[in-house]
Amino acid sequence: MRAVPLKHQHRTNLLWLSALVHRLSGLALAIFLPLHFWALGLALHGEASLGNFLRWTDDWFVKLSEAGLVFLLAVHLLGGLRLLVVENLAWRGGQKQLATLAAAISAAIAFVFLVRAL
Amino acid sequence: MNVRLYIAQRLTAAVMVPLVAVHLAVIVYATRHGLSAADVLSRTRGSMAWGLFYGIFVVAAAIHAPIGIRTVLAEWSPLQGRGADLVATGVGLLLLALGLRAVAAVVLP
Amino acid sequence: MSNARSELRVSLWRGGEDGRYETYAVPLRENQTVLDVVTWVQRNLDSSLAYRFACRVGMCGSCAMTVNGRPRWTCRTHVSRVAEGGRLEIGPLENLPLIKDLAADMRPFFEKWQQARGAFAPSKTRHDPIEKIRADSPARRAADAAIECINCGVCYAACDTVRWDEDYLGPAALNRAWTLVNDVRDTANAERLEAVAANGGCHACHSHQSCQEHCPLALNPTASIAGLKRRTMLGFLRGEIEA
Repeated sequence: MRAVPLKHQHRTNLLWLSALVHRLSGLALAIFLPLHFWALGLALHGEASLGNFLRWTDDWFVKLSEAGLVFLLAVHLLGGLRLLVVENLAWRGGQKQLATLAAAISAAIAFVFLVRAL
Repeated sequence: MNVRLYIAQRLTAAVMVPLVAVHLAVIVYATRHGLSAADVLSRTRGSMAWGLFYGIFVVAAAIHAPIGIRTVLAEWSPLQGRGADLVATGVGLLLLALGLRAVAAVVLP
Repeated sequence: MSNARSELRVSLWRGGEDGRYETYAVPLRENQTVLDVVTWVQRNLDSSLAYRFACRVGMCGSCAMTVNGRPRWTCRTHVSRVAEGGRLEIGPLENLPLIKDLAADMRPFFEKWQQARGAFAPSKTRHDPIEKIRADSPARRAADAAIECINCGVCYAACDTVRWDEDYLGPAALNRAWTLVNDVRDTANAERLEAVAANGGCHACHSHQSCQEHCPLALNPTASIAGLKRRTMLGFLRGEIEA
Protein backbone atom coordinates (compact mmCIF):
# COMPACT_ATOMS: atom_id res chain seq x y z
CA MET A 1 0.00 0.00 0.00
CA ARG A 2 1.45 3.32 -1.09
CA ALA A 3 1.52 6.26 1.29
CA VAL A 4 -1.71 7.75 -0.01
CA PRO A 5 -3.35 10.31 2.24
CA LEU A 6 -6.94 9.78 3.30
CA LYS A 7 -8.10 12.78 1.34
CA HIS A 8 -6.74 14.44 -1.73
CA GLN A 9 -7.52 17.92 -0.62
CA HIS A 10 -6.11 19.58 -3.69
CA ARG A 11 -9.02 18.09 -5.59
CA THR A 12 -11.28 20.56 -3.85
CA ASN A 13 -9.52 23.19 -5.94
CA LEU A 14 -12.29 24.61 -8.11
CA LEU A 15 -10.03 24.90 -11.14
CA TRP A 16 -9.11 21.24 -10.92
CA LEU A 17 -12.82 20.48 -10.98
CA SER A 18 -13.26 22.87 -13.90
CA ALA A 19 -10.53 21.01 -15.81
CA LEU A 20 -12.26 17.71 -15.05
CA VAL A 21 -15.59 19.05 -16.33
CA HIS A 22 -13.82 20.25 -19.46
CA ARG A 23 -12.26 16.86 -20.04
CA LEU A 24 -15.40 14.83 -19.32
CA SER A 25 -17.61 17.11 -21.41
CA GLY A 26 -15.16 16.75 -24.30
CA LEU A 27 -15.21 12.97 -24.00
CA ALA A 28 -18.99 12.89 -23.82
CA LEU A 29 -19.30 15.12 -26.89
CA ALA A 30 -16.78 12.99 -28.79
CA ILE A 31 -18.89 9.90 -28.04
CA PHE A 32 -22.16 11.69 -28.89
CA LEU A 33 -20.96 13.21 -32.16
CA PRO A 34 -20.87 10.03 -34.30
CA LEU A 35 -24.42 9.23 -33.14
CA HIS A 36 -25.47 12.78 -33.96
CA PHE A 37 -23.93 12.51 -37.43
CA TRP A 38 -25.51 9.12 -38.01
CA ALA A 39 -28.95 10.48 -37.09
CA LEU A 40 -28.62 13.47 -39.42
CA GLY A 41 -27.38 11.12 -42.14
CA LEU A 42 -30.84 9.54 -42.11
CA ALA A 43 -31.96 12.52 -44.22
CA LEU A 44 -30.14 10.87 -47.09
CA HIS A 45 -33.08 8.48 -47.23
CA GLY A 46 -35.53 11.34 -47.29
CA GLU A 47 -37.12 13.74 -44.85
CA ALA A 48 -39.49 11.07 -43.58
CA SER A 49 -36.61 8.90 -42.48
CA LEU A 50 -35.16 11.69 -40.33
CA GLY A 51 -38.65 12.65 -39.23
CA ASN A 52 -39.39 9.17 -37.88
CA PHE A 53 -36.24 9.22 -35.86
CA LEU A 54 -36.93 12.71 -34.46
CA ARG A 55 -40.42 11.66 -33.40
CA TRP A 56 -38.78 9.14 -31.11
CA THR A 57 -36.93 12.02 -29.44
CA ASP A 58 -40.24 13.61 -28.40
CA ASP A 59 -39.96 11.74 -25.13
CA TRP A 60 -39.39 14.01 -22.07
CA PHE A 61 -36.43 11.93 -20.94
CA VAL A 62 -34.73 12.38 -24.30
CA LYS A 63 -35.35 16.13 -24.10
CA LEU A 64 -33.76 16.19 -20.66
CA SER A 65 -30.73 14.36 -22.06
CA GLU A 66 -30.59 16.83 -24.93
CA ALA A 67 -30.54 19.66 -22.41
CA GLY A 68 -27.66 17.86 -20.75
CA LEU A 69 -25.83 17.75 -24.06
CA VAL A 70 -26.49 21.46 -24.60
CA PHE A 71 -24.96 22.07 -21.16
CA LEU A 72 -21.92 19.96 -22.02
CA LEU A 73 -21.37 21.78 -25.31
CA ALA A 74 -21.75 25.21 -23.72
CA VAL A 75 -19.53 24.43 -20.73
CA HIS A 76 -16.86 22.93 -22.98
CA LEU A 77 -16.99 26.05 -25.16
CA LEU A 78 -16.84 28.55 -22.31
CA GLY A 79 -14.23 26.60 -20.34
CA GLY A 80 -12.17 26.25 -23.49
CA LEU A 81 -12.49 29.97 -24.15
CA ARG A 82 -11.20 30.66 -20.62
CA LEU A 83 -8.19 28.44 -21.38
CA LEU A 84 -7.49 30.13 -24.70
CA VAL A 85 -7.37 33.45 -22.85
CA VAL A 86 -5.08 32.05 -20.11
CA GLU A 87 -2.71 30.58 -22.67
CA ASN A 88 -2.56 33.41 -25.18
CA LEU A 89 -3.08 36.67 -23.34
CA ALA A 90 -1.30 38.21 -20.37
CA TRP A 91 -2.10 36.53 -17.07
CA ARG A 92 -5.20 37.69 -15.31
CA GLY A 93 -6.44 36.57 -11.89
CA GLY A 94 -9.99 35.65 -11.02
CA GLN A 95 -9.85 32.30 -12.81
CA LYS A 96 -12.06 30.61 -10.22
CA GLN A 97 -14.73 33.26 -10.72
CA LEU A 98 -14.50 32.93 -14.50
CA ALA A 99 -14.81 29.16 -14.29
CA THR A 100 -17.87 29.48 -12.06
CA LEU A 101 -19.38 32.01 -14.45
CA ALA A 102 -18.82 29.64 -17.38
CA ALA A 103 -20.67 26.87 -15.57
CA ALA A 104 -23.51 29.19 -14.58
CA ILE A 105 -24.02 30.57 -18.08
CA SER A 106 -23.94 27.04 -19.52
CA ALA A 107 -26.59 25.92 -17.07
CA ALA A 108 -28.72 28.90 -18.02
CA ILE A 109 -28.47 28.09 -21.73
CA ALA A 110 -29.38 24.46 -21.09
CA PHE A 111 -32.34 25.58 -18.97
CA VAL A 112 -33.64 27.89 -21.70
CA PHE A 113 -33.34 25.03 -24.17
CA LEU A 114 -35.22 22.65 -21.89
CA VAL A 115 -38.03 25.12 -21.34
CA ARG A 116 -38.40 25.59 -25.09
CA ALA A 117 -38.12 21.87 -25.80
CA LEU A 118 -40.75 20.64 -23.38
CA MET B 1 5.14 17.07 -32.64
CA ASN B 2 3.85 18.55 -29.43
CA VAL B 3 3.91 22.11 -30.71
CA ARG B 4 2.18 21.07 -33.94
CA LEU B 5 -0.57 19.22 -32.10
CA TYR B 6 -0.92 22.03 -29.58
CA ILE B 7 -1.32 24.62 -32.33
CA ALA B 8 -3.74 22.40 -34.28
CA GLN B 9 -5.92 21.81 -31.23
CA ARG B 10 -5.97 25.42 -30.04
CA LEU B 11 -6.44 26.81 -33.56
CA THR B 12 -9.41 24.54 -34.31
CA ALA B 13 -10.77 25.47 -30.88
CA ALA B 14 -10.59 29.16 -31.75
CA VAL B 15 -12.24 28.49 -35.14
CA MET B 16 -15.05 26.60 -33.42
CA VAL B 17 -15.81 29.30 -30.82
CA PRO B 18 -18.09 31.27 -33.19
CA LEU B 19 -19.33 28.07 -34.85
CA VAL B 20 -20.46 26.52 -31.57
CA ALA B 21 -21.99 29.82 -30.47
CA VAL B 22 -24.07 30.01 -33.64
CA HIS B 23 -24.97 26.32 -33.42
CA LEU B 24 -26.18 26.72 -29.83
CA ALA B 25 -28.17 29.80 -30.79
CA VAL B 26 -29.81 27.98 -33.69
CA ILE B 27 -30.62 24.98 -31.50
CA VAL B 28 -32.27 27.09 -28.83
CA TYR B 29 -34.05 29.28 -31.37
CA ALA B 30 -35.31 26.45 -33.57
CA THR B 31 -36.50 24.20 -30.76
CA ARG B 32 -40.17 24.75 -30.12
CA HIS B 33 -41.74 21.86 -28.17
CA GLY B 34 -39.24 19.59 -29.89
CA LEU B 35 -37.61 19.61 -33.30
CA SER B 36 -39.03 18.12 -36.48
CA ALA B 37 -37.20 17.04 -39.61
CA ALA B 38 -38.87 19.88 -41.45
CA ASP B 39 -37.50 22.37 -38.92
CA VAL B 40 -33.99 21.18 -39.61
CA LEU B 41 -34.14 20.62 -43.34
CA SER B 42 -36.10 23.71 -44.35
CA ARG B 43 -33.15 25.69 -43.06
CA THR B 44 -30.33 23.66 -44.50
CA ARG B 45 -31.58 22.11 -47.73
CA GLY B 46 -29.93 23.73 -50.74
CA SER B 47 -28.04 26.25 -48.62
CA MET B 48 -24.42 26.83 -49.62
CA ALA B 49 -23.95 28.93 -46.50
CA TRP B 50 -25.01 26.19 -44.07
CA GLY B 51 -23.07 23.67 -46.14
CA LEU B 52 -19.93 25.73 -45.70
CA PHE B 53 -20.67 26.44 -42.05
CA TYR B 54 -21.18 22.83 -41.04
CA GLY B 55 -18.50 21.56 -43.42
CA ILE B 56 -15.88 23.70 -41.67
CA PHE B 57 -17.34 22.73 -38.30
CA VAL B 58 -16.97 19.02 -39.06
CA VAL B 59 -13.39 19.34 -40.28
CA ALA B 60 -12.42 21.41 -37.24
CA ALA B 61 -14.05 18.96 -34.82
CA ALA B 62 -12.44 16.01 -36.58
CA ILE B 63 -9.03 17.58 -35.92
CA HIS B 64 -9.75 18.94 -32.43
CA ALA B 65 -11.37 15.94 -30.73
CA PRO B 66 -8.71 13.30 -31.53
CA ILE B 67 -5.93 15.44 -30.08
CA GLY B 68 -7.79 15.68 -26.78
CA ILE B 69 -8.66 11.98 -26.86
CA ARG B 70 -5.01 11.11 -27.44
CA THR B 71 -4.04 13.02 -24.27
CA VAL B 72 -6.81 11.45 -22.19
CA LEU B 73 -5.79 7.97 -23.34
CA ALA B 74 -2.14 8.62 -22.55
CA GLU B 75 -2.95 9.97 -19.08
CA TRP B 76 -5.85 7.79 -17.98
CA SER B 77 -5.59 4.49 -19.86
CA PRO B 78 -2.89 1.84 -20.24
CA LEU B 79 -2.66 2.85 -23.90
CA GLN B 80 0.40 4.98 -24.61
CA GLY B 81 2.32 6.45 -27.54
CA ARG B 82 1.59 4.61 -30.77
CA GLY B 83 -1.56 2.92 -29.44
CA ALA B 84 -3.11 6.18 -28.32
CA ASP B 85 -2.15 7.81 -31.65
CA LEU B 86 -3.88 5.06 -33.62
CA VAL B 87 -7.11 5.13 -31.64
CA ALA B 88 -7.22 8.93 -31.81
CA THR B 89 -6.61 8.95 -35.56
CA GLY B 90 -9.34 6.36 -35.99
CA VAL B 91 -11.79 8.55 -34.11
CA GLY B 92 -10.82 11.51 -36.25
CA LEU B 93 -11.42 9.64 -39.49
CA LEU B 94 -14.76 8.36 -38.20
CA LEU B 95 -15.88 11.87 -37.29
CA LEU B 96 -14.75 13.23 -40.64
CA ALA B 97 -16.51 10.54 -42.68
CA LEU B 98 -19.78 10.51 -40.73
CA GLY B 99 -19.72 14.28 -40.36
CA LEU B 100 -19.31 15.13 -44.01
CA ARG B 101 -21.95 12.52 -44.83
CA ALA B 102 -24.32 14.23 -42.39
CA VAL B 103 -23.63 17.65 -43.92
CA ALA B 104 -24.35 16.24 -47.37
CA ALA B 105 -27.51 14.62 -46.05
CA VAL B 106 -29.01 17.86 -44.78
CA VAL B 107 -27.66 20.28 -47.38
CA LEU B 108 -27.95 18.48 -50.69
CA PRO B 109 -31.27 19.29 -52.35
CA MET C 1 -14.66 17.74 20.82
CA SER C 2 -13.28 18.57 24.30
CA ASN C 3 -11.72 21.94 25.06
CA ALA C 4 -9.54 20.26 27.63
CA ARG C 5 -7.86 18.13 24.97
CA SER C 6 -4.26 17.67 25.95
CA GLU C 7 -2.99 15.46 23.19
CA LEU C 8 -3.08 14.89 19.45
CA ARG C 9 -3.58 11.58 17.67
CA VAL C 10 -0.97 11.75 14.92
CA SER C 11 -0.73 9.20 12.10
CA LEU C 12 2.68 9.07 10.48
CA TRP C 13 3.65 7.02 7.46
CA ARG C 14 6.24 4.45 8.48
CA GLY C 15 8.36 2.31 6.21
CA GLY C 16 8.78 2.28 2.45
CA GLU C 17 6.24 2.07 -0.34
CA ASP C 18 4.74 -1.00 1.31
CA GLY C 19 4.68 0.53 4.80
CA ARG C 20 1.68 1.80 6.73
CA TYR C 21 0.38 4.59 8.94
CA GLU C 22 1.18 4.32 12.64
CA THR C 23 -0.52 6.43 15.27
CA TYR C 24 1.19 8.27 18.10
CA ALA C 25 -0.10 10.35 21.01
CA VAL C 26 1.65 13.73 21.08
CA PRO C 27 1.18 16.43 23.76
CA LEU C 28 -0.86 19.33 22.42
CA ARG C 29 0.80 22.70 22.94
CA GLU C 30 -0.58 26.15 22.49
CA ASN C 31 1.77 27.18 19.70
CA GLN C 32 2.83 24.17 17.76
CA THR C 33 3.77 23.50 14.17
CA VAL C 34 3.44 20.18 12.41
CA LEU C 35 7.25 20.04 12.32
CA ASP C 36 7.29 20.38 16.11
CA VAL C 37 4.95 17.38 16.29
CA VAL C 38 7.09 15.20 14.01
CA THR C 39 10.23 16.21 15.89
CA TRP C 40 8.59 15.38 19.23
CA VAL C 41 7.75 11.87 18.01
CA GLN C 42 11.30 11.29 16.77
CA ARG C 43 12.88 12.53 19.99
CA ASN C 44 10.51 11.01 22.53
CA LEU C 45 8.77 8.01 21.00
CA ASP C 46 10.71 6.57 18.08
CA SER C 47 14.19 7.70 17.13
CA SER C 48 14.03 5.60 13.97
CA LEU C 49 11.55 8.02 12.35
CA ALA C 50 13.08 9.48 9.19
CA TYR C 51 12.15 13.02 8.12
CA ARG C 52 13.76 16.13 6.68
CA PHE C 53 14.06 19.68 7.90
CA ALA C 54 16.69 22.40 8.06
CA CYS C 55 15.91 26.05 8.77
CA ARG C 56 12.59 25.53 10.64
CA VAL C 57 11.58 29.07 9.68
CA GLY C 58 10.06 28.77 6.21
CA MET C 59 13.08 29.64 4.11
CA CYS C 60 14.56 26.40 2.84
CA GLY C 61 11.58 24.23 1.85
CA SER C 62 13.17 21.02 3.18
CA CYS C 63 10.33 20.13 5.55
CA ALA C 64 7.64 19.71 2.90
CA MET C 65 5.30 16.78 3.63
CA THR C 66 1.71 15.77 2.98
CA VAL C 67 -0.45 16.98 5.88
CA ASN C 68 -4.10 15.85 5.90
CA GLY C 69 -3.92 15.36 2.16
CA ARG C 70 -2.20 18.62 1.26
CA PRO C 71 1.49 19.09 0.45
CA ARG C 72 2.86 21.92 2.58
CA TRP C 73 5.82 23.17 4.65
CA THR C 74 5.42 21.58 8.07
CA CYS C 75 7.43 24.30 9.83
CA ARG C 76 4.93 26.90 8.62
CA THR C 77 1.82 24.88 9.35
CA HIS C 78 0.28 25.52 12.74
CA VAL C 79 -1.37 22.47 14.23
CA SER C 80 -4.34 24.55 15.35
CA ARG C 81 -5.06 25.35 11.71
CA VAL C 82 -5.05 21.82 10.36
CA ALA C 83 -5.76 19.33 13.13
CA GLU C 84 -9.34 18.13 12.70
CA GLY C 85 -10.81 16.80 15.90
CA GLY C 86 -7.36 16.52 17.40
CA ARG C 87 -6.12 14.29 14.59
CA LEU C 88 -3.35 14.72 12.05
CA GLU C 89 -2.27 12.53 9.16
CA ILE C 90 1.25 13.12 7.89
CA GLY C 91 2.89 11.39 4.96
CA PRO C 92 5.78 11.95 2.58
CA LEU C 93 5.43 14.18 -0.49
CA GLU C 94 3.49 12.47 -3.27
CA ASN C 95 4.51 11.87 -6.88
CA LEU C 96 8.02 10.99 -5.71
CA PRO C 97 9.61 7.65 -4.83
CA LEU C 98 9.86 7.01 -1.12
CA ILE C 99 13.11 6.53 0.78
CA LYS C 100 11.67 5.94 4.23
CA ASP C 101 8.86 7.21 6.45
CA LEU C 102 8.42 10.91 5.70
CA ALA C 103 11.47 11.36 3.48
CA ALA C 104 10.74 11.28 -0.26
CA ASP C 105 13.41 10.84 -2.92
CA MET C 106 13.83 14.24 -4.54
CA ARG C 107 16.05 13.00 -7.34
CA PRO C 108 13.38 12.77 -10.09
CA PHE C 109 12.34 16.33 -9.23
CA PHE C 110 15.87 17.64 -9.72
CA GLU C 111 16.55 15.47 -12.75
CA LYS C 112 13.53 17.01 -14.47
CA TRP C 113 14.82 20.45 -13.48
CA GLN C 114 17.98 19.68 -15.47
CA GLN C 115 15.97 18.15 -18.30
CA ALA C 116 14.02 21.38 -18.65
CA ARG C 117 17.35 23.23 -18.93
CA GLY C 118 16.64 24.99 -15.65
CA ALA C 119 20.28 26.01 -15.29
CA PHE C 120 21.67 29.40 -16.23
CA ALA C 121 24.10 29.34 -19.16
CA PRO C 122 26.35 32.40 -18.91
CA SER C 123 27.56 34.42 -21.87
CA LYS C 124 30.13 36.62 -20.20
CA THR C 125 33.16 36.24 -17.96
CA ARG C 126 34.26 38.19 -14.93
CA HIS C 127 36.47 40.25 -17.21
CA ASP C 128 33.50 41.63 -19.12
CA PRO C 129 31.56 44.64 -17.88
CA ILE C 130 28.40 43.85 -15.89
CA GLU C 131 25.31 43.41 -18.03
CA LYS C 132 22.94 46.30 -17.45
CA ILE C 133 19.52 44.81 -16.81
CA ARG C 134 16.57 47.13 -16.37
CA ALA C 135 14.39 45.86 -13.55
CA ASP C 136 11.26 47.25 -15.15
CA SER C 137 11.71 45.69 -18.57
CA PRO C 138 8.86 43.27 -19.41
CA ALA C 139 11.23 40.33 -19.63
CA ARG C 140 12.85 41.04 -16.28
CA ARG C 141 9.45 41.61 -14.66
CA ALA C 142 8.32 38.22 -15.97
CA ALA C 143 11.47 36.55 -14.67
CA ASP C 144 11.29 38.27 -11.28
CA ALA C 145 7.67 37.19 -10.79
CA ALA C 146 8.78 33.57 -10.90
CA ILE C 147 12.35 33.68 -9.61
CA GLU C 148 11.83 33.08 -5.89
CA CYS C 149 11.34 29.32 -6.23
CA ILE C 150 13.43 27.36 -3.71
CA ASN C 151 12.66 23.94 -5.23
CA CYS C 152 10.73 22.59 -2.25
CA GLY C 153 8.70 20.20 -4.41
CA VAL C 154 5.26 21.13 -3.04
CA CYS C 155 3.93 22.08 -6.48
CA TYR C 156 5.28 18.85 -7.96
CA ALA C 157 3.53 16.88 -5.24
CA ALA C 158 0.27 18.76 -5.78
CA CYS C 159 0.19 18.45 -9.57
CA ASP C 160 -2.19 15.84 -11.03
CA THR C 161 -0.57 16.05 -14.44
CA VAL C 162 2.68 14.92 -12.80
CA ARG C 163 0.65 12.08 -11.30
CA TRP C 164 -0.88 11.10 -14.64
CA ASP C 165 2.08 11.65 -16.97
CA GLU C 166 5.42 10.30 -15.82
CA ASP C 167 7.22 12.30 -18.54
CA TYR C 168 5.81 15.61 -17.37
CA LEU C 169 8.65 17.88 -16.25
CA GLY C 170 6.43 19.52 -13.66
CA PRO C 171 5.57 23.05 -12.60
CA ALA C 172 8.82 23.95 -10.81
CA ALA C 173 11.18 22.91 -13.60
CA LEU C 174 9.09 24.66 -16.24
CA ASN C 175 8.68 27.73 -14.05
CA ARG C 176 12.46 27.99 -13.74
CA ALA C 177 12.89 27.47 -17.48
CA TRP C 178 10.55 30.42 -18.02
CA THR C 179 12.67 32.70 -15.83
CA LEU C 180 15.71 31.79 -17.90
CA VAL C 181 13.88 32.26 -21.19
CA ASN C 182 13.34 35.81 -19.96
CA ASP C 183 16.95 36.32 -18.91
CA VAL C 184 18.74 38.30 -21.61
CA ARG C 185 22.15 37.11 -20.37
CA ASP C 186 21.37 33.43 -20.93
CA THR C 187 22.74 31.64 -23.97
CA ALA C 188 20.98 28.26 -23.84
CA ASN C 189 17.55 29.29 -25.08
CA ALA C 190 17.67 27.29 -28.28
CA GLU C 191 18.15 24.05 -26.33
CA ARG C 192 15.78 25.21 -23.62
CA LEU C 193 12.89 25.78 -26.01
CA GLU C 194 13.47 22.33 -27.50
CA ALA C 195 13.50 20.86 -24.00
CA VAL C 196 10.22 22.46 -22.90
CA ALA C 197 8.56 21.65 -26.23
CA ALA C 198 9.43 17.97 -25.98
CA ASN C 199 7.19 15.21 -24.59
CA GLY C 200 6.28 16.07 -21.04
CA GLY C 201 7.02 19.73 -21.62
CA CYS C 202 4.90 22.81 -21.22
CA HIS C 203 2.13 21.59 -23.58
CA ALA C 204 1.22 18.84 -21.14
CA CYS C 205 0.02 21.39 -18.57
CA HIS C 206 -3.76 21.52 -18.20
CA SER C 207 -3.82 24.74 -16.14
CA HIS C 208 -5.35 23.15 -13.03
CA GLN C 209 -3.44 25.77 -11.04
CA SER C 210 -2.88 23.29 -8.20
CA CYS C 211 0.73 24.45 -8.24
CA GLN C 212 -0.22 28.07 -7.73
CA GLU C 213 -2.80 27.09 -5.11
CA HIS C 214 -0.22 25.25 -3.01
CA CYS C 215 2.99 27.21 -3.55
CA PRO C 216 4.14 28.51 -0.15
CA LEU C 217 5.66 31.51 -1.92
CA ALA C 218 2.49 32.21 -3.91
CA LEU C 219 4.30 31.71 -7.20
CA ASN C 220 2.29 30.96 -10.32
CA PRO C 221 3.83 28.22 -12.47
CA THR C 222 0.61 28.04 -14.51
CA ALA C 223 1.26 31.56 -15.74
CA SER C 224 4.92 30.78 -16.44
CA ILE C 225 3.95 27.68 -18.38
CA ALA C 226 1.39 29.68 -20.37
CA GLY C 227 4.29 31.98 -21.24
CA LEU C 228 6.31 28.98 -22.41
CA LYS C 229 3.39 27.83 -24.56
CA ARG C 230 3.37 31.22 -26.27
CA ARG C 231 7.15 31.31 -26.61
CA THR C 232 7.40 27.80 -28.09
CA MET C 233 4.57 28.53 -30.50
CA LEU C 234 6.47 31.61 -31.66
CA GLY C 235 9.67 29.62 -31.81
CA PHE C 236 8.02 26.95 -33.93
CA LEU C 237 6.59 29.49 -36.38
CA ARG C 238 10.03 31.12 -36.65
CA GLY C 239 11.68 27.78 -37.32
CA GLU C 240 13.67 27.87 -34.07
CA ILE C 241 12.24 24.57 -32.87
CA GLU C 242 12.08 21.28 -34.70
CA ALA C 243 8.70 20.05 -33.54
